[in-house]
Amino acid sequence: MNATDYANKLREKFGELIAASAEFRGEITLSVADAERIVEVCAFAKKELGFDYLADVSSIDNYGEDPRWTVVYELYGIGNGTYLRLKTSVSEEKSELPTVTTVWRTADWHEREIYDMMGVRFRGHPDLRRIIMWEGYPHFPLRKDFPLGGKPTDLPEIAFTKTAPIEGGPFVTAPGSKDAIEREPRAKTFEG
Amino acid sequence: MQETTEVGYNSKIEGDVIVTQVDAALNWFRKNSIWPMPMGLACCAIELMATGASRFDISRFGMEVMRFSPRQSDCMVVAGTVTYKMALAVKRIYDQMAEPKYVIAMGACASTGGMYRSYSVLQGVDQIIPVDVYVAGCPPRPEALLDALLKLQNQIQREPTFSNLKKLTPLPAKV
Repeated sequence: MNATDYANKLREKFGELIAASAEFRGEITLSVADAERIVEVCAFAKKELGFDYLADVSSIDNYGEDPRWTVVYELYGIGNGTYLRLKTSVSEEKSELPTVTTVWRTADWHEREIYDMMGVRFRGHPDLRRIIMWEGYPHFPLRKDFPLGGKPTDLPEIAFTKTAPIEGGPFVTAPGSKDAIEREPRAKTFEG
Repeated sequence: MQETTEVGYNSKIEGDVIVTQVDAALNWFRKNSIWPMPMGLACCAIELMATGASRFDISRFGMEVMRFSPRQSDCMVVAGTVTYKMALAVKRIYDQMAEPKYVIAMGACASTGGMYRSYSVLQGVDQIIPVDVYVAGCPPRPEALLDALLKLQNQIQREPTFSNLKKLTPLPAKV
């Protein structure tokens, strides 16, 4: 059985819930229409189809579109040697979906990272804290509307941030614009 | 029989006396026993380890005693990217070091933030602690770090140590 067969099995089982599979360079992606039922689909994929390894959970910010968030689950079966990708969408107003830590315990840190960087919450997560930034940091840095240079914050005794000096972005030189030395606020020029 | 001529100081003629300045003597003691504190935060720390290993041999300059306690070290080598999450920890460790203390910012990240023009990276460790020597490179080769340590030695040799000692304010009298 290859990934297409597993995808067909999932669609037989869940019917309308799972949209037609998209194939790109031999990788199969299935869209789950209702984010609330992602746990059922994942549990079936693990217990019945043998996808016992959750390689990654990631998230996409479709800024300006609705639904804004897409959460992507990368599945792999160690027994069957097959990859399968599930994705589901969550609206910005909701920004919440059920956790899959009940299916794969490794989802714990993946979901914490998504919560930290993107601000999507996972209902029922055993320990939903920030994992990279510190507790009390007020922003979600990987959102599209967050500036690359950051925003100034200050949490006394714990951490502070300042805005990084970015003029046009790092390593970006457009024709006719200032050169790297003029754009670099910390660069010193020596005469002679 | 071969005649030998002694060059320099001869204790038989001049006695067991060396004339020098207090500054020169104190600074000479200090500069030849710098105990570094490795603040290894990223890949620069690998080059720092190479500097300490046999091929480059940091002990040629009396600096081989890497101490992982700030209380026992003189020179903090900030080797790597200082994130904002780490920044106050670095400052706290610097504050725990005993005077006199020196800081080497090793590599582009520690000096300026390097390629990380980012929300999460401190744009140069000199924003929180005073830096004596900056080392360019990403990461710098061990020779560059050794050169920085020699530059630090030269700086220590020039310090007005004795006049600084006299500036110390006396402890307040007990009430």
